[in-house]
Amino acid sequence: MNAPHAMTAGTAAPATARYDWGAALKDASLAALVTLGLCIPIVLLRTDQGAGVDLLLRPRIGMVASFVAAVFAARLLHHVLLARRAGRPLVEQKAEVRTTPNAVPWAKMGLYAFMGVAMSFPLIVFLIQGGLSESRYWVDLGILVLTYVMLGWGLNIVVGLAGLLDLGYVAFYAVGAYSYALLSTTFGLSFWICLPLAGILAAFWGMLLGFPVLRLRGDYLAIVTLAFGEIIRLVLINWVDFSGGGAGISSIPRVTFFGVPFSADEGGFASLFGLTFSPMHRVIFLYYLILGLAFLTAFVTLRLRKLPVGRAWEALREDEIACRSLGINTTNTKLTAFATGAMFGGFAGSFFAVRQGFISPESFTFLESAVILAIVVLGGMGSQLGVAIAAIVMVAGPELLRNLGFLKAVFGESFDPNEFRFLIFGLGMVAMMIWRPRGLISEREPTAILKERRAISGSHVKEGHG
Amino acid sequence: MSVGGINVLVDETRAIQDGKRAPLLSVRGVKTYYGNIIALKGVDLDVHEGEIVTLIGANGAGKSTLMMTIFGSPRAREGRITYAGQDITRVPTHHIARMSIAQSPEGRRIFPRMTVYENLQMGASVNGGTHFKEDLDRVCDLFPRLRERLYQRGGTMSGGEQQMLAIARALMSRPRLLMLDEPSLGLAPLIVKQIFSVVKELNERDGMTVFLVEQNAYHALKLAHRGYVMVTGTITMTGTGRELLENPQVQAAYLEGGRH
Ligand SMILES: Nc1ncnc2c1ncn2[C@@H]1O[C@H](COP(=O)(O)OP(=O)(O)OP(=O)(O)O)[C@@H](O)[C@H]1O
Ligand SMILES: [Mg+2]
Repeated sequence: MNAPHAMTAGTAAPATARYDWGAALKDASLAALVTLGLCIPIVLLRTDQGAGVDLLLRPRIGMVASFVAAVFAARLLHHVLLARRAGRPLVEQKAEVRTTPNAVPWAKMGLYAFMGVAMSFPLIVFLIQGGLSESRYWVDLGILVLTYVMLGWGLNIVVGLAGLLDLGYVAFYAVGAYSYALLSTTFGLSFWICLPLAGILAAFWGMLLGFPVLRLRGDYLAIVTLAFGEIIRLVLINWVDFSGGGAGISSIPRVTFFGVPFSADEGGFASLFGLTFSPMHRVIFLYYLILGLAFLTAFVTLRLRKLPVGRAWEALREDEIACRSLGINTTNTKLTAFATGAMFGGFAGSFFAVRQGFISPESFTFLESAVILAIVVLGGMGSQLGVAIAAIVMVAGPELLRNLGFLKAVFGESFDPNEFRFLIFGLGMVAMMIWRPRGLISEREPTAILKERRAISGSHVKEGHG
Repeated sequence: MSVGGINVLVDETRAIQDGKRAPLLSVRGVKTYYGNIIALKGVDLDVHEGEIVTLIGANGAGKSTLMMTIFGSPRAREGRITYAGQDITRVPTHHIARMSIAQSPEGRRIFPRMTVYENLQMGASVNGGTHFKEDLDRVCDLFPRLRERLYQRGGTMSGGEQQMLAIARALMSRPRLLMLDEPSLGLAPLIVKQIFSVVKELNERDGMTVFLVEQNAYHALKLAHRGYVMVTGTITMTGTGRELLENPQVQAAYLEGGRH
């Protein structure tokens, strides 16, 4: 159908000029067949409780058919898209790239939009759910997501900007959490004093990790940081006198409203402000606390990127030797990246401790590091908005799928989304890898734009594949 | 060679006349190893203030190694390198870069994901961004192509443009000594001419000292006041640019077909 265009352009390879529809059909049928094969053991038969104790086998042929049809259609659609891309004349393609708007304002707007939604989230939930205690689940989920957004943004400094692959980020999260827990339970220090201390301690540990790994890059660096994370966890488990061992630390003091406790009695937050007491006050305060901390992380990162040190981080990621010959002290640059990233991990850790009231080494396993790293990588290394979206998808996604009712409308009343939660999540991840292998937002945002900016086409700013 | 206004005449005899004055850069008996393999077997080389000195040699002779050794990575295992009267043999690379030496290394090594503008900002790291605008204008006047493409990502520029960027980035630190490693590599003859004329302009107008490593021996020797020939880690010949150009051995080894 598009073949004539390609011919006139005269540049496309003959193989792509004419799309092989027979093969496409065959491919789609094959995919459908595979789906059928998969569906027979998994989806076809459903066991229902009969009238008595006996089980009834209920075939779900309609459902299998819809799955197969969906796969067939999707595969064919894929081919149609491929064919259009192959058949598009080259000139036209170029023109299209040129009109692509510059990604810069778009990413910034997105970040602001995210901030706006995050700020009003408790209110929105309150209005939708119609009550404070009813919205508890959602606000809790929001806190969880924001914790990971913050951790993602923190790790983003190390991995995304400075290009130092850190698999042990959870260690700094742990240092922050234990700093608050130990300082508050042993010395009775308040959260607001412990928070900066936890950040400083974590930054200090970040430097400690930084020194031995200064000469390492890539895989080697990843292995050492992985080991570092495990060492911290094992020390916390085994040094029972210090950290309480595997049993962890409990009854960590709760967060206060800058000294005013969230309690029902006289002098508590509620009575001070003339409100009726609700445990949700504390939860909402926690929400805004983590939101503030996350914004602080984002703000500091955005600022630093425009300063020489942030620019040096990014340059370091690109070419260390060039950096050195331009007079950059790469040792200091790496250490500041590690320390800054670790500091935000420490803040997040002490928030975690004050929220939970109980911490143990269980919470700081490698899996946590992996999730945080996945958020950074999926988000597109270095992109703030991308990381935020990835955190939502990775953390809230599985939770939300639990509640998706509309799938019932598609697949019939008997469909339980719970069963397919991880399937859908997995499909999403695979789709990401196919279409956005460099992360959700892979476009790096330039840090400096002159006022008298000239009109340059999008193709100039668009990044090459490398 | 022409005399340019108030600029001091820099001709082939200059180096000899200045023999008593200490050279800006002096390399003495430098040996550099990669592991156990010796790459520089005791190199002696001088660059005087205001000169263009070129170093030619076959592939793998050790030219880039010498340039990087002057910059402190890899480090000379033996010998002495002095710059402006200071011993820099053991000084860390980033400190050397702050002593107003700049280099455009082999393979350009620009930052591909950063824009041209940001690359130039990185070049100005040494002087902390003071007089950045001024320097930006200056290098953009030298390479107008860069001004058109200030916000393009370095990695998406053409090879020639990347070379211009690498030189411009080195110039952002206002160096006294500029070291260029094969600036003509892979470039069209017209662009090569342009780049060499920029080098000449920098030298004659601003009095910048230039140390040039080149494969393009004919053009490089024509441009340079003095030249050195390196063969497998040792300097085998030295002289004024013209002397080397007329030397039959040099002609046989490096100028075959290079004359155009
Ligand atoms: N990092 C390294 N490790 C080991 N050997 C190296 C390294 N870099 C260079 N060498 C070796 O040192 C010798 C000199 O290399 P160098 O790059 O200095 O040559 P060159 O004169 O610049 O050559 P060309 O004109 O091809 O750029 C070569 O034999 C090379 O193989
Ligand atoms: Mg070389």
